[in-house]
Amino acid sequence: MAIDLLYFSWVREAIGTGSETLDPPEGLASVSDLIDWLATRSDGHAQAFADRARLRAAVDQVFVPLDAPLGRPREVAIFPPVTGG
Amino acid sequence: MIRIAVQSEAIDVAAEFAAIAGAGVGGIATFTGVVRADDGVSALELEHYPGATEAALRRLAEEAAERWSLVAATITHRVGVMQPGDLVVFVGTAAVHRAAALDSCAYLIDRLKTDAPFWKRETRGARADWVEPRDSDSLAAARWSRES
Repeated sequence: MAIDLLYFSWVREAIGTGSETLDPPEGLASVSDLIDWLATRSDGHAQAFADRARLRAAVDQVFVPLDAPLGRPREVAIFPPVTGG
Repeated sequence: MIRIAVQSEAIDVAAEFAAIAGAGVGGIATFTGVVRADDGVSALELEHYPGATEAALRRLAEEAAERWSLVAATITHRVGVMQPGDLVVFVGTAAVHRAAALDSCAYLIDRLKTDAPFWKRETRGARADWVEPRDSDSLAAARWSRES
C-alpha cells in the first residue's frame, strides 16, 4: 500500500526531497520499523535517520512517538524536534 | 472567536489587534515575537508542515479558549525568509478579566514553541544552520501541564 512520506528541515535536506510516495513491504509494525526500512533506500536516507533521538514523526498528521503502531496510514511525516515561535 | 494564520506576508500588528479588540471585552493580552540579530544572524527562515501546522495551532487556541473562557484568540505565524526586526509571531487573547488574558497568552506562546511544527534556520554570513530545540522551551511549555 502506497504511503506519502514527508520530510522537513535537515531530514528533507539529507534525503534530497521533501516528499516521496513509496510502497513499503507488509509487516512493518511501528513507525520505527518504517524508518528502518526507509534508511536502507539511500545514503541520504541512512544519514537522515542515523540518530533516532533527533527524530519526531506524525502519522496522518497526528504526532506520535517513534514506537507507535504504524497501521495503514496515507501520510507519514518525519522531522526534527520543532523550533517555532 | 478563534483566528489562525500561517503566512509568508508581513504581520500587521495594528490589523491583528483591531480584530481581537473587536471582541469588545475587558482585557486583551498580546505577544509579538521579533527576529533577533544576535550572534550576527542576518536572516531567519521558517519552514512549516502545511495543514498540520494550522491544525496544531487551532488545537492549542481551542484548549486555551476552553481553559480560560476566552472570548477570542488569535495566532498568526510568519513563514519563509525574514530579516532581524521582522515580526515572526503574534498571539492575542481576549477575556473578561486580565488574568485570563495574560495567562492564556503566555500559555499559547510557550506551547506553540514545542507543539506546532515549525523549523527555524539561521543564516550568519555564508553559513545557514537549523536551530536546535532548547531545554528552556520544553520547561516553559511543561509548566502549563496540569492534573485533570
